[in-house]
Amino acid sequence: MYKILEKKCLNPTVTQMVVEAPAVAKKAHAGQFIILRVNEEGERIPLTIADYDREKGTITIIFQIVGATTMLLNEVREGESIADFVGPLGMPSHVEGFKKVCVIGGGVGCAIAYPTAKALHENGCEVTTIAGFRNKDLVILEDAFKDVSDSFYLVSDDGSTGTKGLVTDVLEELIQKGEQFDEVIAIGPLIMMKFVSLLTKKYDIKTVVSMNPIMIDGTGMCGGCRLTVGGETKFACVDGPDFDGHLVDFDEAMARGRTYQDFEKRKREAACNLLHKEVR
Amino acid sequence: MANMSPKKVEMPIQPGNVRCHNFDEVTLGYTKEMAMEEASRCLHCPTKPCMNGCPVKVHIPDFIEQVAKGDFEEAYQIIHGTSSLPAVCGRVCPQETQCEKLCIRGIKHEPVAIGRLERFVADYHMHHGKEHAEAIASNHHKVAIIGSGPAGLTCAGDLANLGYEVTVFEALHVAGGVLVYGIPEFRLPKEIVRKEIEGLKNKGVKIETNMVIGRTITVDELFESGFEAIFIGSGAGLPNFMNMPGENLNGVYSANEFLTRCNLMKAYKEDGETPIQHAKKAVIVGGGNVAMDAARCAKRLGVDEVTIVYRRSMEELPARKEEVEHAMEEGIQFELLTNPIQVLGDENGWVSGIECVKMELGEADASGRRRPVEIKGSNFVKEIDCMIMAIGTSPNPLLRKTTDHLETNKWGCIVADENGATSREGVFAGGDAVTGAATVILAMGAGKTAAKSIDEYIRHKNS
Repeated sequence: MYKILEKKCLNPTVTQMVVEAPAVAKKAHAGQFIILRVNEEGERIPLTIADYDREKGTITIIFQIVGATTMLLNEVREGESIADFVGPLGMPSHVEGFKKVCVIGGGVGCAIAYPTAKALHENGCEVTTIAGFRNKDLVILEDAFKDVSDSFYLVSDDGSTGTKGLVTDVLEELIQKGEQFDEVIAIGPLIMMKFVSLLTKKYDIKTVVSMNPIMIDGTGMCGGCRLTVGGETKFACVDGPDFDGHLVDFDEAMARGRTYQDFEKRKREAACNLLHKEVR
Repeated sequence: MANMSPKKVEMPIQPGNVRCHNFDEVTLGYTKEMAMEEASRCLHCPTKPCMNGCPVKVHIPDFIEQVAKGDFEEAYQIIHGTSSLPAVCGRVCPQETQCEKLCIRGIKHEPVAIGRLERFVADYHMHHGKEHAEAIASNHHKVAIIGSGPAGLTCAGDLANLGYEVTVFEALHVAGGVLVYGIPEFRLPKEIVRKEIEGLKNKGVKIETNMVIGRTITVDELFESGFEAIFIGSGAGLPNFMNMPGENLNGVYSANEFLTRCNLMKAYKEDGETPIQHAKKAVIVGGGNVAMDAARCAKRLGVDEVTIVYRRSMEELPARKEEVEHAMEEGIQFELLTNPIQVLGDENGWVSGIECVKMELGEADASGRRRPVEIKGSNFVKEIDCMIMAIGTSPNPLLRKTTDHLETNKWGCIVADENGATSREGVFAGGDAVTGAATVILAMGAGKTAAKSIDEYIRHKNS
């Protein structure tokens, strides 16, 4: 069993948890992920590591409440435990040897972009961060990003905070102003990563994206997380989750992500009803 | 005088049209009377040929003698003396190519039903036997086992019997490896695997789940933390694909994924938390036991039309005959001498059909089997909404990538000698991680051999 040491609500749909998992914390690096199960009957879900503390033996996860399992996870209170927590899985992000990198986070993807920005900053890289959200109520980690970024740009779809627009608008403006990035790292919804990659392809700037497909074991066993990268099939769990954004087949990844959407919708409704009953 | 009946005593079985709608065990096992009757067919040959067919050298005639007498617990103790997982072996071993193949009774008629008797004895013990948890004195030497499948569990059991302090590391959340994620409930109930593992724990074997060796902790760190020897029984878990167009469409699964969702994650249950596709027409590509398992799971999940597509003929089908017969009884169709060449999809990215080509058998190849050759212009399209690739697996590259001086061959299998020793001192390996995908019992045999080698290695090192 793995104890939840701290739990914090970052916005109405995004929760942060600090989990006691010393063996995972000892090895964790930015860009890697864990797989957890809430209880003995639960499904296995992958979540990218948002932060880690080797001394305290803790891993921080940040998740959006999107389905039945994340809803159930959000019901676990501080001091309670979850059944399984395994990792660190996947390859760490490359964070060394860069002079200047643009880190782009979209929505809850910022939770994954943050440790990468932090690791780059700690390695002496100049970090430009662009964080995009739908509106001001959904903003997370703004201060944390500011601490590790040399410049920070906030954008929102509706203009309720930061600049109104898309992360790609800011990126293109920066490029056109003559900013030279060794690399762009984009982490967020597939559609955002796709358009960032299309933009940077135009300007020939190396771009890394972090893929988060459906998976079961996370060790290369099921192949459910496969995606096409440069015409070849790769497993996100062992070959990634970071890939060259100019080579990823995003349309295929988006279709694969919808495989179980009907099941998930039903489960979410069932979970809602169950929780609603408990409250009453 | 032995019972000279030419046929095995029949084992009760769920009828095909009933069992294809449930996940309960297909075969129901012998009663006491049936077991004693079957046991009386053994001739007790002085040379015991059957034992030569058993990778773990179960004392077959001896245990059968006890069954004939009605002393089932004694029979169990005899089997258990050399096999850590009798209830598993009695169900999934290919006895027809091992012990029963060498049975003298099998020359003219049917061999003695050794597998069915083993299963009966193991099940009898689970229900009636008392586990005498005789505390084995520790020799204070620590051994780590990577992987809790049949190879790892056997190695762990044998070492624990010798007094070693054994810890088994498992990457998934539950121990058992392929016995829990791969082989379906209706062939091997998971409760039986759980009880066999419980028995190992009673002997003092520690099992640590959620430990991915190479990620959570490395082989080097295991040595640093005081383990004197390591056995790698990590299996062959990486699924192979054909690399044909359309293989990444929605509705195309590896057999590993399909079986893991179904068996390990219990997606077949009404209230299961893990999703699985409930298709209408499924094709399973491949002809091994895994293909049969996947096909039979699909049928039980309610798929109307399940077809096995295999590029050679019925004669070359690598699956056990019994599995093929069971599949046919359950209404699985076989499209033989057929090879898929591309997967077709609809506008939403879902599989909608499979283009196949008919094959004919040509000259024999290096394996001695006749090579399938495409018949030009025989292409046809089969409409489907689910496809499961069961064309084999390879060893997971994680350990070889994260362990220095561990030699592997061009297929990624760990190189080990006949005693299970690898290129690295103190590291032993066996099972599918060494051979590539094979059977449960061969993995157990390798685990057993390695346990003996590890014992010798540690004794020698400390003498």
